[in-house]
Amino acid sequence: MANTYTAIATVTVGSGGAANIEFTSIPATYTDLLLKVSVRNTASALDRNMPITFNSSSTGYSERLLYGNGSSALSINRASSDLGYLYTNAANSTSNTFNNFELYIPNYAGSNYKSTSADYVLENNATAATTGLHAGLWSNSAAITSITISADGFSLVQYSTATLYGIKNS
Amino acid sequence: MPKTYEPIATNTLGSNTTTITFSTISGAYTDLVLVCQIQKSTATGTYLQMRFNSDTGSNYSTTFLSGNGTSAISWRDSNRTDINLDYYAAPQNNSWTIRNISINNYSNTTTYKTVLNRANDASQGTDAGVHLWRSTAAISTITLTMPSNDFITGSTFTLYGIKAA
Repeated sequence: MANTYTAIATVTVGSGGAANIEFTSIPATYTDLLLKVSVRNTASALDRNMPITFNSSSTGYSERLLYGNGSSALSINRASSDLGYLYTNAANSTSNTFNNFELYIPNYAGSNYKSTSADYVLENNATAATTGLHAGLWSNSAAITSITISADGFSLVQYSTATLYGIKNS
Repeated sequence: MPKTYEPIATNTLGSNTTTITFSTISGAYTDLVLVCQIQKSTATGTYLQMRFNSDTGSNYSTTFLSGNGTSAISWRDSNRTDINLDYYAAPQNNSWTIRNISINNYSNTTTYKTVLNRANDASQGTDAGVHLWRSTAAISTITLTMPSNDFITGSTFTLYGIKAA
């Protein structure tokens, strides 16, 4: 019986930290991809951007984010060199708190531009906790073969982890 | 290894189509997940519409949290005759929008059925919706309609069944 929801790869950051987490040589044998992430950044801030790029490309990204911080809800948008309106807990956030993030990419190996759907939370039992709903687009017809999760110039701490799943529709 | 996340049916459109129906849905799963990537054929029409078991009565309700990149709103509507699956992220004729729709405990015959729905379009906005169908019937049919318009060729619809065990 075919396995239709498969863990393609898992990366867990070691004691030295990491500038990014990468999934490479992603096979085209699935229909959709689902990325589940739990990371924390070393930046001296409550939170930090967690830019994501595909195929090492730095062009063609646009995004809209709807987020709330416990007292207000806002929506922002931009076109840029990555999907960067995604956030993770950082060094000034409550100790041992990591973000919880999911990114869904339907038809990642097709020839259409790649639309994405993401949700994240930065709960830390204090202020500056946020939750976000994210719509992304990579205006590129290439199949996605690699995904990079960046620490945005800082490091992802030890025990940060990400798993990439492949989902088949048959 | 038991297969706990199983594709029940998938439909990749070979021609423009107004209505997509998943029928004779087995009660063998615990939850359902419907994943759609769609585009409509022209600029007319509004939201993507969903109904269960062909029920056209005023038995649906909706609460939304939506953002379009500059504004964030929340709104609700009761006694609807359908579930509207989007607000800012309504289908467009020039971009692909995504729907991830979770229908939990869909086959029980005791409780009303709830739906969690995420709609996204990076050129328009993002929506999170919760919906209720006031019926204790098991869901055996799901109908998606693009009112006054068509889903274009290449739009994809896949229904997955998830088993708790």
